[in-house]
Amino acid sequence: MPKKVVYEASIEHLQILDEDGKLDAKLAKDTITDEQVVYLYEQMSICRQFDEIAFKLQRSGRMGTYPQNKGQEANAVGAGLALQKGKDWLVPCYRENAALFMHGLPMHYILLHWMGDERGNQIPEGCLMTPISIPIGTQMLHATGIAWAAKLRAEDRVVATFFGDGATSEGDFHGAMNFATVMQAPVIFYCQNNQWAISVPREIQMNSATVAQKALAYDMPTIQIDGNDIFATFKATRDAAKRAREGGGPSFIEAVTYRLGDHTTADDARRYRDQAEVDAWLSKDPLIRTRKYMEGKGLWSDKRQTDLEERAKRIVEEVARTALEIEDPTPADFFDHMYAELPADLARQRETMRTSSLGLSPDQPGLKTQPQRA
Amino acid sequence: MPQLTLVQAINSTLAHEMQRDDRVVLLGEDVGLNGGVFRVTEGLQARFGKDRVVDTPLDESGIMGSAIGLAIGGMRPIPEIQFEGFLGPAYDQLVNHAARMRTRTRGAITVPMTVRIPVGGGIHAPELHSDSPEAIYAHSPGLKVVMPSTPYDAKGLLLAAIRDPDPVIYFEPKRVYRSFREEVPDEDYTIEIGKAKVVSEGTDITVVTWGAPVFQCLGALDNLPEDVSVELIDLRTIYPIDIETIAQSVQKTGRCVVVHEAPKTAGMGAEISSLIQEHCFLHLEAPVQRCTGFDTIMPYYKLELDYLPETPRIQKAIEECLAY
Repeated sequence: MPKKVVYEASIEHLQILDEDGKLDAKLAKDTITDEQVVYLYEQMSICRQFDEIAFKLQRSGRMGTYPQNKGQEANAVGAGLALQKGKDWLVPCYRENAALFMHGLPMHYILLHWMGDERGNQIPEGCLMTPISIPIGTQMLHATGIAWAAKLRAEDRVVATFFGDGATSEGDFHGAMNFATVMQAPVIFYCQNNQWAISVPREIQMNSATVAQKALAYDMPTIQIDGNDIFATFKATRDAAKRAREGGGPSFIEAVTYRLGDHTTADDARRYRDQAEVDAWLSKDPLIRTRKYMEGKGLWSDKRQTDLEERAKRIVEEVARTALEIEDPTPADFFDHMYAELPADLARQRETMRTSSLGLSPDQPGLKTQPQRA
Repeated sequence: MPQLTLVQAINSTLAHEMQRDDRVVLLGEDVGLNGGVFRVTEGLQARFGKDRVVDTPLDESGIMGSAIGLAIGGMRPIPEIQFEGFLGPAYDQLVNHAARMRTRTRGAITVPMTVRIPVGGGIHAPELHSDSPEAIYAHSPGLKVVMPSTPYDAKGLLLAAIRDPDPVIYFEPKRVYRSFREEVPDEDYTIEIGKAKVVSEGTDITVVTWGAPVFQCLGALDNLPEDVSVELIDLRTIYPIDIETIAQSVQKTGRCVVVHEAPKTAGMGAEISSLIQEHCFLHLEAPVQRCTGFDTIMPYYKLELDYLPETPRIQKAIEECLAY
């Protein structure tokens, strides 16, 4: 019997706006308008400024550990614009701040989260998103389930879930990819391949030449894009969302990007990566290339830049103030949302702030002390 | 009123609720066409369709994680984990996500789902098909844990679980699946989660148990002298535990034996003993006794009846506690 090929595949790489700010006009057709380019640039700039103030809050002891989004903002804004606010779900990791803001999450919620305050996760009514996911790779299954529910309920809804290159080593990543394709759920798997999972580079993380090829195992449409190119991040997400809406099931996007900052404020990337590598990526910064493009098209000026910088500072300072000035939570808070209705013993623990039993009631047999109160 | 086994009662209750509430979907390994390895879901896919009784890929974490998403997305999923021994891969999704979602979002996002899991030993099953991990989940805040031992209770507790706004683990003692039939009313009824049942009233000693050992305890009661009056309590809900019913009984009897299949150390028996000494200290006539599985790995089935708290061992524990 002659051998035959049973499977062949190739994966496209999409770049529309290169690092010099040069646009491939043909590929850019029907993607984002000039106005939207300016809007996305503003969103990225505000997010970058948000990172700055978050970093300062952490360094000055007013906030806990914080993971900067710096360098990866084009992903959040491109995907955020391609998805419909109030209709589509975002199931994020923790480097998609701008997308969450664009879809209605009050900005100070993210600061509250990292200030150790669960009120930052209390997603407002009408905001379709899950909170930041701290464990790696567990949220993709939730996204798949939410999308599956939308399909069962015949709702016109797409779910996008975000994760890093490291997350694709987790079993739940493969479980989610498998479930999503088997159920043909309208979900977009958006991998921000930022080259590093804390200190482990992509080459050690996986043997695969690309992350995108992992989707081939599930026969899921897949693409690799320049994740620092707002045109590419928008177009890839929009195309995937269109496919999902039309019943085409899930899609995979590998967005090649770079974590310009440390993993978090608790990390020091100088311990494991060369400055030369970082420098090379600095020139691919999405903000720089988008600005170059806008300037080339006459959409931007130094004056507008100065104005934006001032506005961004004002916005994030106000956001920081809101987060810092929130009233302190009360200990009862950590009981109140354990169950829809508190079990009796838990209600007692809440009321007394004790787990010991003596003195809880004056008629307790054998009691020789006065009943204690919390 | 139909006479049903535990399997039939669960099956007909699932059908009842799927008929009533189109948000209810079943998902798991082999639950569809095959009707589940214990046939608990038999006929339901034919009746309700492949969208509502779903044969999933063989991935427990995937089942649990996507069920969480289904619940967030507005459905009332009932994932089945085929055996309690396969809960391991799903543990992270269950304990770190399903259980925490309400509190970490301060009620903005909730996970109303019922996880069905066959549990316990005594059926000559292979390795990792006979464990009793209920204490692990009772120790995981955010979950509720129930284990009915009779067809009647199975229906009432299952309807309560499915309609509960929080995740409920519904353990099904597989040793009881087909061991007897009883009358199960056709009409809709629930049994409140968190309420134990006094199986037989008595005044000399209290025996607290749940799941399949209820019947081993009944066997022990039959073997005791006629003048010994035992109060047997079927806990039915593991968390939140019904300490009122237990305390009321032990304050009356002054003696208690807790019986469970799970290992002794840090098992629910330890929790119950501790609660009893808090609530009944001045009433106690004897140390609370635990008659449980040993602190060993559950043996292969040739020795499983030596591991499990069978009737003679329970009888001995009762007699010794009475004689103290």
